[in-house]
Amino acid sequence: MRAGIVVFPGINRERDMAIALEISGAKPRMIWHRETDLSGLDLIVIPGGFSYGDYLRCGAMAAQSPVMRAVREHAARGGYVLGVCNGFQILTEMGMLPGVLLRNASLRFLSMDCYLRVERVTPAYTSKFAQGAVFRAPMAHGDGNYFANDATLDRLEGEGLVAFRYVTPHGEPTLAANRNGSARNIAGIYSENLRVLGLMPHPEDLVDKLMGGTDGKPLFDSIAAAA
Amino acid sequence: MKATVTVMLKPGVLDPQGKAIGQALHGLGFAGVGEVRAGKIIELELTESDPAAARAQAEDMARKLLANMVIESFRVEVA
Repeated sequence: MRAGIVVFPGINRERDMAIALEISGAKPRMIWHRETDLSGLDLIVIPGGFSYGDYLRCGAMAAQSPVMRAVREHAARGGYVLGVCNGFQILTEMGMLPGVLLRNASLRFLSMDCYLRVERVTPAYTSKFAQGAVFRAPMAHGDGNYFANDATLDRLEGEGLVAFRYVTPHGEPTLAANRNGSARNIAGIYSENLRVLGLMPHPEDLVDKLMGGTDGKPLFDSIAAAA
Repeated sequence: MKATVTVMLKPGVLDPQGKAIGQALHGLGFAGVGEVRAGKIIELELTESDPAAARAQAEDMARKLLANMVIESFRVEVA
């Protein structure tokens, strides 16, 4: 899997993402936001951070950048796209994934661990997890409150496009486990072809014992094993 | 022309910011405050001199960038 990591002004998680991909054996390169040639890449990762200072809305400015036009074309050709945190916000702003990330219901920036349940095992992203597996992931965001209208939420659930849900360590999707207030505890979603994935938490920050655990590593092992 | 675009969350979309402002106002003793909604105002200087054309431009900008139509609505005033 040849991966590219998009770097916008204000992005700050790109090196964490590169480390995670490298540990699992994927070969990442950085893509500056003015680049438009993504040829030779299987996966485009849009990492976390605060692109363009979160001006207007989180991800709104990055969604209009030249590189994202190329990312949209990459996805239309069936390419893989992973958006984490700000990357998820950018993908929803572009309409590549449905819904939107609102301000956390508590209005507080949340920087803590959460637990995610794997809602669907997919070849590209979660093949190294068991269906229903629960894993710990750090999160750090002010706007992670997933929202979509009921028809969209019903469609996501009906078509099995919910990737991860916020749960307790025992795997229960309770209100208390859903710290940012996301609709139906949704932490991550897939596109219809299961090749575009967006999620708010940061599995890339738990891929080495030195980081405090390797809970997120199966995600990157899955990516490295795909394609 | 000058166009003023007001962007507000659609009714039914939770507005925690508005809620927090409301609670703070209650804390200050403004007991008569009901629901509070917070939005943003964007002022645009446009070279266009025809009001109808300026409005159409501002509406196009609002749909494409200034508002996220999933959760927000907007209104445009030109002067």
